[in-house]
Amino acid sequence: MATTPETMTDGADGVRRRDFIYVATGAFAAVGAAAVVWPFVNQMNPSADVRALATIEIDLSSILPGQAIKTIWQSKPVFVRNLTPVEQDEANKVPLAELRDPQTLADRTKDGNRNWLITLGICTHLGCVPLGASEGENKGDYGGYFCPCHGSHYDTAARIRRGPAPTNLFVPAYAFKTPTLIEIG
Amino acid sequence: MSFPWANQYQPKSPLMQWVDSRLPLPRLVYNSVGAGYPVPRNINYLYNFGVLAGIALMIQIITGIVLAMHYSAHITTAFDSVEHIMRNVNSGWLIRYMHMNGASFFFIVIYIHIFRGLYYGSYKAPREMVWMLGVLILLLMMATAFMGYVLPWGQMSFWGAQVITSLFSAIPLVGESIRIWLVGGFAPDNATITRFFSLHYVLPFVILGVVILKIWALHIPGSTNPTGVDVQGPQDTLPFHPYFTAKDFFSLTIYLMLFSAFVFFMPNALGHPDNYIPANPLSTPAHIVPEWYLLPFYAILRAFTIDFLWIPAKLWGVIAMFASILLLFFLPWLDTSRVKSATYRPLYKKFYWVLFVNMFLLGYVGAMPAEEPYVRIGQIATAYYFAHFLIIMPLLSFIEKPLPLPNSIAESVFAKAGKKPVTVGAVPSAAQPAPAE
Repeated sequence: MATTPETMTDGADGVRRRDFIYVATGAFAAVGAAAVVWPFVNQMNPSADVRALATIEIDLSSILPGQAIKTIWQSKPVFVRNLTPVEQDEANKVPLAELRDPQTLADRTKDGNRNWLITLGICTHLGCVPLGASEGENKGDYGGYFCPCHGSHYDTAARIRRGPAPTNLFVPAYAFKTPTLIEIG
Repeated sequence: MSFPWANQYQPKSPLMQWVDSRLPLPRLVYNSVGAGYPVPRNINYLYNFGVLAGIALMIQIITGIVLAMHYSAHITTAFDSVEHIMRNVNSGWLIRYMHMNGASFFFIVIYIHIFRGLYYGSYKAPREMVWMLGVLILLLMMATAFMGYVLPWGQMSFWGAQVITSLFSAIPLVGESIRIWLVGGFAPDNATITRFFSLHYVLPFVILGVVILKIWALHIPGSTNPTGVDVQGPQDTLPFHPYFTAKDFFSLTIYLMLFSAFVFFMPNALGHPDNYIPANPLSTPAHIVPEWYLLPFYAILRAFTIDFLWIPAKLWGVIAMFASILLLFFLPWLDTSRVKSATYRPLYKKFYWVLFVNMFLLGYVGAMPAEEPYVRIGQIATAYYFAHFLIIMPLLSFIEKPLPLPNSIAESVFAKAGKKPVTVGAVPSAAQPAPAE
């Protein structure tokens, strides 16, 4: 409560020079605290080695029509499937109005590579890994994938047809680097 | 901080007098859990669960510190190190089974403790802070237990971590970034297990700190009691020691007998066999279920199946699950009835038991697959849960006519025993009234 003349200057608008010092000190401390807190928050984000694996390359040359492989991208299962012409026809014949999550096969594949169906192997219901990628597994009633957890059936374009899943199997971002090599991510 | 007639700490030995005048720690213990803390003389066995919870926490901390000496938090070695504890470490199986079942027993004790509080109105003024600190402890316990369940890195560990961290991805816009930040990668991986181990180790000590705050807050008004009538004088109370320490030792004995029955004879009864399969990110267990003590909240999470008001069903579920616990913070202001004990609230008592059964129903639905009729039952039970706290409790305060309350704790005790209350007004404060029976 020391009210020396220095702190009392400029009484016209009630603002003292000391008020400025308080605000400036507070702001400086807040910015400094935020700068110190950020590294402690950011250390929990994916580390450089995890980010380095954020993209993967897959060689498609050994996958014959009708076959599929399971691989891992960003610690998540990915299905890479080489559709036969019959499977593509089946997918194209389905009217969009019948679909819960309307997408054509063309929406879900790349131009000129309509036979390559690349999706995450994660059921959109509760995150189980559907069956149907490996030889001899149950492909469900629509010839695509079948999730054994709660009975979601996916068709040959990996679109949800029956069961509790809300959306189609997710198609990750990918690009053809050569006709037989894709990069996911 | 205590009633004026509380016993005074008077150390007899010169050593204790010397300590007391320099560091009054024995005085603090005496006044908080010793003869210097007067407790309503009519509290029943349901009031023993606070002390039991404290002991359950200590069992978890001690067994946990020992397990951490042998456990290895890395995805390649975590599962094997748990098996190493089970097979190679001397008495490792015993310590791990104590820790595993200790968590379940901690929750049993806590849930009884909470329902005791709901029945006797322990959350009401002036004990709101005690109640809210308790809800905070419940939240911390759930987080700690979840992270502990991930550490063995079995199938349920991995997929439980996947499902629970995915909850955060339901938050609009920033959800996916938060999820990635929480697990330190795109799916649960080594970064997840190491941070969960670190937090699982430290959070119990945070809980211990909140427990100390809670006891501090409790000791200002003291415990409630089954009548809900406030303490009026020395005839209403007995010193905590030896009366209630002895009673607590008795209930502790029963508790440890039940605990031992599980640890020695059915150590895996409360767990899930799938967690003895090493985690496999490429294969999901048929039914992902959390530990039993989280099932009611899991049921609330899954009760929402349709999008509503532009908010997707998944986000509604997440909001509802967090809201179901957070609303307990507001309970002291949702129930405005001035009668504390349900014994004297005929209507509230009925709804209380409906809520009690409803929690078991939610737990049952949570353990069942997400299909009919369980989904519909879960929706009705979830609706009741929220209606109970948000509609029924506020309304009851207005429409209910409570039964007449006893004039005092002593009167209600001695009326039951068929004796007249002992008047202790003339007796010095250090004297203890005779026990009730």
